[in-house]
Amino acid sequence: MSQTTSSSGMGSAIGVYVGILAIAIIQIAVALTMGPSLGRMLVLAAIQAYLAVMFFMHLRDEKPSLRLALIPGTLFVLVMMNMIWADSFRLLVMKPFAK
Amino acid sequence: MSADLTMSPGGHGAGVMEERPFAIPSSKLVMWLFIISDACTFGAMLFAYGYIRNAAADWPLVFERASILNSLLMTFILVTSSLTVLLAVKAAKADDRQGAFRWTMITAGGGILFTILHVREWMSLIGEGARLFQNPWGSPMFGAAFFSITGLHMAHVVGGVVALIVIGLGYRAGRYAERHVEIWALYWHFVDLVWMFVVPLVYLLNMKR
Repeated sequence: MSQTTSSSGMGSAIGVYVGILAIAIIQIAVALTMGPSLGRMLVLAAIQAYLAVMFFMHLRDEKPSLRLALIPGTLFVLVMMNMIWADSFRLLVMKPFAK
Repeated sequence: MSADLTMSPGGHGAGVMEERPFAIPSSKLVMWLFIISDACTFGAMLFAYGYIRNAAADWPLVFERASILNSLLMTFILVTSSLTVLLAVKAAKADDRQGAFRWTMITAGGGILFTILHVREWMSLIGEGARLFQNPWGSPMFGAAFFSITGLHMAHVVGGVVALIVIGLGYRAGRYAERHVEIWALYWHFVDLVWMFVVPLVYLLNMKR
């Protein structure tokens, strides 16, 4: 049974490996054909990250409480960093320095 | 009662040990906590890069097709090394010390190859005139953003290579346990994870059109 579990585990790891590389190629193809928009690049990167975290790092096999402890807080911090955009637009369209 | 004490982790008989947090070894939890803190660090670096890029009127689009293909090759090497470190963990769980050592060294080799390709790319950009606060193409902050983000990532790769070599040698010699291989495999996957965001945000968004 452990050998079956082990071989199916490696099978899914190889599938995830191929998937991550395929997404990397898709990213480049999308960038070359449709233009590298931030939204498209981030969505594809997020899918790669999900696959890597859940399958390579085996977070999927851990207790739900660990996933709950790690993921929401990290995502919250990263989302809150988005508050900087207003200031960068201010620098772009206004005059930040006195003449 | 004495049987309970001797069955505590480490077998020191020091008393009742508390339950493992989230049913994983404390050392593994520490690595997870480090990973999420480092993820926030890299997130902050990438957001700062986005802020600077957005606020610059003349942000240069620098990377030609050769650089993009080089980044794809580097991605292939790093993702493959994530697979080989998984094989190292699998061997370690099966108590195959030689196998775990072999796969760990192959993973470290992938990291070294990645670093060589990356340094080669740095040398090429520096040769074209890119510096931290100046370049011949546009906003002087391009170099600061590019070299700091990729430099921090490269430092993590080099640190991971050193750690994998130490853990591989130590595990083969019996100094380290299977969980040590697993913990540093987690770190290596994180290094790969960061690269998955660096490539589209730094390379593809700054591709020459």
